[in-house]
Amino acid sequence: MAKMTMVQALNMALRQEMEKDDRVVVLGEDVGVNGGVFRVTEGLQQQFGDQRVLDTPLAESMIAGFSIGMALYGLRPICEMQFSGFSYYAIHQLEAHASRLRHRSQGRYSVPMVLRAPYGGGVRALEHHSESREALFAHIPGLKMVMPSGPRNARALLVAAIRDPDPVVFFEPKAVYRAFREEVPEEEEVLPLGRSQVVREGDDITLISYGAMMHPTLAAADELKEKDGVEAEVIDLLTVSPLDDSLFTQSVRKTGRAVLVHEAPRSFGPGAEVVARIVEKSFWSLEAPIRRVTGYDVIFPLFAREGDYLPGAARIARAAREALSA
Amino acid sequence: MPREKIDLPYSVDYLSILDADGSVDKTLEPALPEDLLLRMHRVMLLNRRFDERMLHLQRQGRIGTFALTTGHEATFVGSVAALRSSDWLVPSYREAAAILWRGGSLENFLLYFGGYDEAGWVPEDVKNLPISIPVGSQTQHAVGLGWAIRSRGSDEVVMVYFGDGATSQGDFHEAMNFAGVYQTPVVFICQNNQWAISVPRSRQSHSRTLAQKALAYDIPGIQVDGNDVLAVHAAAVEAVERARTGGGPTLIECVTYRLSLHTTADDPKRYRDDAEVAIWMKRDPLPRFQNYLLAKGILTESKLAETEEAIKTEIQEAVDRAETRMKEPVDPLHMFEHMYAERTPALEEQRDELSRELAAGKGDLSHG
Repeated sequence: MAKMTMVQALNMALRQEMEKDDRVVVLGEDVGVNGGVFRVTEGLQQQFGDQRVLDTPLAESMIAGFSIGMALYGLRPICEMQFSGFSYYAIHQLEAHASRLRHRSQGRYSVPMVLRAPYGGGVRALEHHSESREALFAHIPGLKMVMPSGPRNARALLVAAIRDPDPVVFFEPKAVYRAFREEVPEEEEVLPLGRSQVVREGDDITLISYGAMMHPTLAAADELKEKDGVEAEVIDLLTVSPLDDSLFTQSVRKTGRAVLVHEAPRSFGPGAEVVARIVEKSFWSLEAPIRRVTGYDVIFPLFAREGDYLPGAARIARAAREALSA
Repeated sequence: MPREKIDLPYSVDYLSILDADGSVDKTLEPALPEDLLLRMHRVMLLNRRFDERMLHLQRQGRIGTFALTTGHEATFVGSVAALRSSDWLVPSYREAAAILWRGGSLENFLLYFGGYDEAGWVPEDVKNLPISIPVGSQTQHAVGLGWAIRSRGSDEVVMVYFGDGATSQGDFHEAMNFAGVYQTPVVFICQNNQWAISVPRSRQSHSRTLAQKALAYDIPGIQVDGNDVLAVHAAAVEAVERARTGGGPTLIECVTYRLSLHTTADDPKRYRDDAEVAIWMKRDPLPRFQNYLLAKGILTESKLAETEEAIKTEIQEAVDRAETRMKEPVDPLHMFEHMYAERTPALEEQRDELSRELAAGKGDLSHG
């Protein structure tokens, strides 16, 4: 097993799937010669040629619509939005067509495409380069919305997304891209979409997150244990939609307390859905109000203030203590 | 460092073969087989009569809103007839005639506009995409299909339809640009029917022709008389051949007119003069083509009467079948089908929930 960054792990997933299946095509802005602005597609055009890895003209809507046409013909397009902040041009194609064509054609057609995009803050980026708008996609019936948190699960989830028969939006936490390395096996590893994971067991409180926010959440769990002797159970959603509520509702039945963490704005965010599921399915076990530690309902600030906007371990630990003392 | 004219070898042709008075340009008249001409005529007539019947059904509350297609028959039939069954049809929402040409069922049209999702089904051996309602968005899929076709070494061609209004959409320009860059085998058919609901062609674009928009992308563009089925067909055959043999995309602007309503929810009296409609009535593609066939002896008055009668029966039978189907109870749980290859847990829960609601509210006609 090699130790890899998330960028390297994603690159391996793309390379291996392209080797296995010649229907897999990678396309987007600067993904070919340049290997992508974050280098996720590095070396792929050299290996597979410009008929498998396309540097497209600059048009996000068309990159999505073009991918839909490819997928309808039977190819497996993986398109890249350079930043998720520019993927809104593509939402129309995803909402009006990719998500609907299976149903509209009553099963005759499907759109097995993946739309990849780096998302999230913490890298001192420009405006439009730090947002976390997964709720926009998760709200669209017919799409799947996947958000890995580390190199190993990113690779295994991307493989599943590429093989999935339905359209998948795959948000990559750019703050994690090169933040740390993890052992990633060379041999095939697939994580099924729509399944969350318990990444740390505990009986006192349930911390739920996904994507880049898994890391401050896990740091908060460490702090709670060290300073408070509290055993937090931590759940990584991995897939935002379809949401797997089996583990966190079960966990809350055990702990009676929950904190939900995401960097997306709070109102109407994925956390609201998580809380609703807990209320619907584990209400009688609750011992304290559920806390949400999230981004605020503001425009993502320029980077002088992004540290104040983004949830950190201290904020999460404080929210957990409040839930524990209620 | 002079300032000089860049010599671009661009111009836009206008093609007309059979004019509104029925005179034919003998030098351009194509030698099409009689059975093809008769089939074109039959589908144009079927489309016209079906449109009229659907309007009645809608006015009687027997089906819902739909987009009318009267007046566009030459544009749709002339172009689609240039395709092989192995080629792809990417329609917007007005191309009933093109879908009928490829064997589309009248009954399915009635059921779809009668509110049944089931009617969106496309038979496995028919390479049509479902109709597309968001204006212009389908042009992008056509180019993706075209790219995929070339990448697999196939000689299929894609024909995509849209109206004059769609040429204002970014999607259309992005699709044309990609089609040019990748030289995809796509024929863009713009049915310029002069009106995008209430906005006239002159307010849609300052361009003198819509065909010239192709030139910005170095794609051949041609304007044809869209009420002349022979001209549309000739232009389409040329474009399809070019696409099939690796010559890339073409934009064909078919100048036609929406003789009827935009949809059944529209009232054109609010925005256009009867006098304008009267002018275009004289250019109606159907009698024009009919007279041409009669004059050539390909069609006779008695054969025409026979065809009218057969079409009337065909439509009546389809209406009967559709209405029988619409009288049967609807399975509400069908809405949960085909959302994903595999139903998600949330969908299972919600399906169960509706199922319980239905069981509890048995006999309650308010549906919840």
